[in-house]
Amino acid sequence: MSFLEYAPAPESRAILSLRDQYGLFIDGEFVEGRGTPFQTISPASEERIAMIANANAADVDDAVAAARRAYDRTWSKMSGRDRGKYLFRIARLVQERARELAVAESLDNGKPIKESRDVDVPLVAAWFFYYAGWADKLDHAGLGAGPRAHGVAAQVIPWNFPLLMLSWKIAPALAAGNTVVLKPAETTSLTALIFAEILQQADLPPGVVNIITGAGDTGANLVAHDDVDKVAFTGSTAVGRAIAKQIAGTDKKATLELGGKAANIVFDDAPIDQAIEGIVNGIFFNQGHVCCAGSRLLVQENIHDEVVERLKLRLSTLRLGDPLDKNTDIGAINSREQLERIRELSDIGVAEGADRWSVPCEIPENGFWYAPTIFTNVQTSSRIAREEIFGPVLSVLTFRTPAEAIAKANNTPYGLSAGIWTDKGSRILAVADKLRAGVIWANTFNRFDPSSPFGGYKESGYGREGGRHGLAAYLTPAPVGQAAVTAGRTGAKSVSAGRAAAKPATAGRRAAKPRIETKDAAKTTRSATPAKKGAAK
Amino acid sequence: MSGTSLVTARERALAVLGGEPDDQTLGRYLHGIPGVDAVGLEQRAAGLGTRSIKTSSKKWALDKIISLVDLTTLEGADTPGKVRSLVAKAMNPDPADPSTPRVAAVCVYGDMVPFAVDALGGAHGDPDDGLISVAAVATAFPSGRSSLEIKLADTAEAVAAGADEIDMVIDRGAFLAGRYGQVFDQISAVKDACRRADGTSASLKVILETGELVTYDNVRRASWLSILAGGDFIKTSTGKVSPAATLPVTLLMLEVVRDWHLATGHKVGVKPAGGIRASKDAIKYLVTVAETVGEDWLVPHLFRFGASSLLNDVLLQRQKMTTGHYSGPDYVTID
Amino acid sequence: MSRLAVPKTYKLYIGGAFPRSESGRTYEVLRADGAFLANVAKASRKDARDAVVAARGAVSGWSGATSYNRGQVLYRIAELLEGRRAQFVAEIEEAEGASRAVASAQVDEAIDRWVWYAGWADKFAQVTGNANPVAGPYFNISVPEPTGVVAIIAPQDSSLVGFVSALAPALVAGNSAVIVASERYPLSAISLAEVLATSDVPGGVVNVLTGSPAEIAPWLASHSDVNALDLVGAGDLDWVSLEIDAADTLKRVLRPEGGADAAAPTLGRITAFTETKTVWHTKSLK
Repeated sequence: MSFLEYAPAPESRAILSLRDQYGLFIDGEFVEGRGTPFQTISPASEERIAMIANANAADVDDAVAAARRAYDRTWSKMSGRDRGKYLFRIARLVQERARELAVAESLDNGKPIKESRDVDVPLVAAWFFYYAGWADKLDHAGLGAGPRAHGVAAQVIPWNFPLLMLSWKIAPALAAGNTVVLKPAETTSLTALIFAEILQQADLPPGVVNIITGAGDTGANLVAHDDVDKVAFTGSTAVGRAIAKQIAGTDKKATLELGGKAANIVFDDAPIDQAIEGIVNGIFFNQGHVCCAGSRLLVQENIHDEVVERLKLRLSTLRLGDPLDKNTDIGAINSREQLERIRELSDIGVAEGADRWSVPCEIPENGFWYAPTIFTNVQTSSRIAREEIFGPVLSVLTFRTPAEAIAKANNTPYGLSAGIWTDKGSRILAVADKLRAGVIWANTFNRFDPSSPFGGYKESGYGREGGRHGLAAYLTPAPVGQAAVTAGRTGAKSVSAGRAAAKPATAGRRAAKPRIETKDAAKTTRSATPAKKGAAK
Repeated sequence: MSGTSLVTARERALAVLGGEPDDQTLGRYLHGIPGVDAVGLEQRAAGLGTRSIKTSSKKWALDKIISLVDLTTLEGADTPGKVRSLVAKAMNPDPADPSTPRVAAVCVYGDMVPFAVDALGGAHGDPDDGLISVAAVATAFPSGRSSLEIKLADTAEAVAAGADEIDMVIDRGAFLAGRYGQVFDQISAVKDACRRADGTSASLKVILETGELVTYDNVRRASWLSILAGGDFIKTSTGKVSPAATLPVTLLMLEVVRDWHLATGHKVGVKPAGGIRASKDAIKYLVTVAETVGEDWLVPHLFRFGASSLLNDVLLQRQKMTTGHYSGPDYVTID
Repeated sequence: MSRLAVPKTYKLYIGGAFPRSESGRTYEVLRADGAFLANVAKASRKDARDAVVAARGAVSGWSGATSYNRGQVLYRIAELLEGRRAQFVAEIEEAEGASRAVASAQVDEAIDRWVWYAGWADKFAQVTGNANPVAGPYFNISVPEPTGVVAIIAPQDSSLVGFVSALAPALVAGNSAVIVASERYPLSAISLAEVLATSDVPGGVVNVLTGSPAEIAPWLASHSDVNALDLVGAGDLDWVSLEIDAADTLKRVLRPEGGADAAAPTLGRITAFTETKTVWHTKSLK
C-alpha cells in the first residue's frame, strides 16, 4: 500500500447512542407521530440507522399550537437577557456534544467527518453564540427601538447541512423572541433529533422549539398552517416558489434561501495555487451539495488549459469513500434520488457535446457515490451551465475580458454567490460591484460566519440569514408611537402626514384585505383560548 | 551524489528566462509569477495537516522521517566530541532497536566536517545507498554577511574536507533590495565552488531564510531564483531566525518545485529546517510532500528535514508502535 | 373676450419619451364634480412591456451613478417641482376637488418627500450596511444594492403625494421603476413625468403608465424581467393573484397599504428594494 492511500482512520461511532426510533419533538417531549414512520439510512452503506416518526396534519397542528402557547405564555414574556442565556446554554451543549453530532451528521448525511467535525458543527455552536448575544440588544437590530417578534416561525430546512441549517434558522428566531416549529429534511432528521435532546438538557421551556419530521407534505402543512407568522425555508427554487405562492395574500413573512449556479471567476493574474484550491473547495466541498457552490468555473481563456490541467492533478489527490474516515475528502451523495439527478444532468452534458472528465477512483459497492467530475468545452447555453446540479460536477467556461466575465456570471436567473480570483484589488472591487449575487468571495470561497449575512438575489430567494440582517428577518418594527421613530417623517405640516402619524407604521405591512382582517380576528380568538389540547398525544 | 552540472543549470536558466540573469530580466520573470494568497495557502496547509495517519501508514511514516533527517548541530559551542556523539546517534538512532533506519546526513559547521567524516568512517556516503552524508553550512552562515570571496573559500574548504552537501545562505539583503542578479551570481559561484577536483560536485542546498523574507511572494520568488541559479535543494531556514520552517512555507516551496518539474522535467529537493520537533508535525510534512509533488519526492535526494530534537520524538513514537505502550525520554539517547 | 384654452394631451412616459399608448386607447378623466377633465393614455400590456425594457436599460447607469449624484438628481426634482407648484396645485384642485390649501399641502408634502429621500441616497448604505467581524482573516462587508427593476402600483387615492411616496424610495438605491399611476388621478403623475423629463433623471429610470391598473398590473407582476413589485396601491385589485404571479420569479413584493397616506416615508421603503451583498476578501501581511 502506498503512503498516499493512508491506512483507514475511521472516527469511532461508539460516541453515538442512537435510539431505534425517534418521535416528534413537540412541547418539550418526544411523542409518536401519526403518519407512517420512515427509515433514515446511511447513504454510504444504505444501512438503516433508525426509524423516524412522520408528522401528519394533526401533528403539525399540535406542534404549531405548542409553539403558539410557548410564545404567548413564556417566550414573548421572557426578558431578552434570559432568552440569550438559553441560547448560550445551547451553544455550550453543542460544543460539549460536538463529536457526537459530527459523527451522527456524517453517518446520516454522508458528508466527510472532517467537514462535519471542522466546519458544520463548530459553525452551529458559533451561530448560537452569535445570536445569543443579540437577544437582549434587539433595539440595535436596525428596526428602531422595541422591535417585536413575529410569533410562530415555521422553518423547513434541507439535507445538505442538516444541523447547520437548523442553527441558521433556530438561533436568530429565538434570539428575536419567536417560537419555532422546524422540519428537517426527510433524509437527514437525525441530528435535529439529537439537538432536541440538547434542548431538553438546556431546559428550554417546552414548545419554544418543536421539531417535526416527515417528507414534503409535512413541510407543506407546516408552511400553510394558519397560525404561522413567519416562514423560513432553505431548499430548491421550485419549492421556494411554491411557498411564495402559498403564502401570497397572507401576512406571513418569508425568508427564502434557494438555489444557485454560482460563477467562480478566475482571472489570469490569480494566485493560481489558491485559486485551484478555491475551485476545488467551491464545487467539491460537501459533494457539491451546496446551494452557493461555485458550479460554473469562468476562467480567462488564456489560462484555461493550465487551470484545467492543474485542477485535474489536484483532484487526483482527493479521496472518496467512507464519510467517517478522517481522511475522506468526498463522501456519499445524500440519496439515490439525488444521485440519479446528478447522473441525468451529467449525461445531458455529454449529449450536449461537453467533455466529461472524472477522477479515476474506486467507487464503493454499496451506497450512493459520484466521482468528482469536470466538464470542459461547455457552452453558456448548456443545461449543465444553467441548471443547479447540486453535486460534485463542475462546468468550465471561458471569458476574455472582465466585462464578459461579469455578463456571463450574471446570465442566470439565480444570484446567490460568486467567486473572484485576481491579484488586482481595483478589479476585485469593481467586479464585486457588478455581480448580481448576495455573497461574493474574493480570493476565497465557501466561507461562512454567523456575523456575515447570507442570501441571494433574484430566484435564489430573499431575505438574509446571518448577521444583523438575519436577526432583522425575525423582527418587525414597533408600532409608531411606542418606539423612537425608525425613519423620520418629513416633519411636514401637511394634513395627510399628520393623519398618518397616528397610524401604526406596520399597518402598511398588513394587507387591507378582508381575509387578513379575518385572520387577525382568528388570532385574537385563539390567544383567548390558548390551550385546547396538550394531553391528546 | 552530485547535482546537475553548472553548465546545464545555467543553460536551463537562460532558456527559462529568455535572457541573461541580470536584475532586470530576473525581476521581470520573478515578478511575473502569479502571486500567493496567504490566507488560502495557510488554509491549504492546515487542511493537509488534518490528515490522520494511523497504523501501517504511521509506521512507514516514522521510519521515513528518520531516513530523511539531516541530524544537525550548529552551535558556537560545537566540539569534535559533540560531533562524534551526533554521528553516533545518526548511525544508530535507537540502540535498543537495530531495525531503526539511519538518518540521511549530519549537518555541521564547515570546520567540523573533518570530525564528522572521521566519525562516520565506512558509513559515510550516499543516503540513497543507506549511508550517511556530511552536510556543511557555508557562505558565512547564518547571516551570509561577508564578501563573495570568503563565501566561496568557506564552501571550497568544506567540500575539500569531505562535505557531500553544502547548505548555503542567500544574501537576503540583496534579494530584498531587488538585486536578483547578485543573488543569482552568488548561488552560481557557490555551486561552482562545490565542484571537486575529480569533476563531481557536492550537492547544493540554498537556504532562503524565509523568516527574513517574510512574505510568501518573496519566498516563491526566492525559490524560483535559487532553482534557476542551480540549487539542488531549496531550504527554508538556518534555524537561527524565527519563524523557521512552517508548513505553509514548505507547501509553497513544494509547489514551486512541482511547477519547475512540470516545466523542465528537472527535480529539485526541498528541506524544511528548524522548528520541526514532533513526529506529528513531521508527518504533516510527509503528507504535504506526497499530495503536492508525489511520493516520489520522499527520498533523501529530494526531501530532508533539518532537525535535531525531532529524531528523539520519532524514536519515542516508534517505540510506542513497537511495544504498544508509551515510552519516555530516558529510553532514547541524548546526543 | 376670453381666450380659448389649449388643453394638454396626457401621454405615457417611457424611456424618457412621451408616447401615446401603442394601442391608441385613451380614457376620460373626470373632475371631482363629474365633468370631463382630460383624455389620458390607456396603457396596454405592450406599453408595460416597453416600459420594462426601458427600465432595464436604465438600471446600469442609474445604479452605477454615485450616491452623491443620485441624491443631487433627486433633489433637483424637488427644485423643479417647487418652481411649478402652482400648476400642480391647480391640477390637484381640479382633479380631486380639493381646496387650494389642501392641494397646496399635498404639493408641499410631495416636494418635501423628494428632499427627504434625496438626502438618503448617500446615507442609507451606511445605516443598513455592515462591517462584519467574521472569525477569520477576512475583510467582510455587507452593502445594500438596488434590486433592479421595480414595478409599482401607485396609491390610488392621491394625485401626487401618493405617487411620489411610492416612486421616490425605489429610486434612492438605484432601481429603475415602472409605475402605474392612480387610475382616477393620473394627471399629476404625467405632469410629474414632464418634470422628470426636464430634470437630470436619465430616461428610462422612471416610466409612468396610466390606464387601468387591473389590466396592466398582471403583466408587470408576471414579467420575468421585473425584480420587485410594490403593490402599495393595489388594495382594490386582485392583489393576491398578483403576488402569486410575482412568485414565479421570486419577485420581492410589498403588499398593499390603505389609507390616505399610503407609502408614508420610511427607510424601510428604500431597503425593501435593495439586496444585501456581502463581500469577503482574504487579508494578510504575508
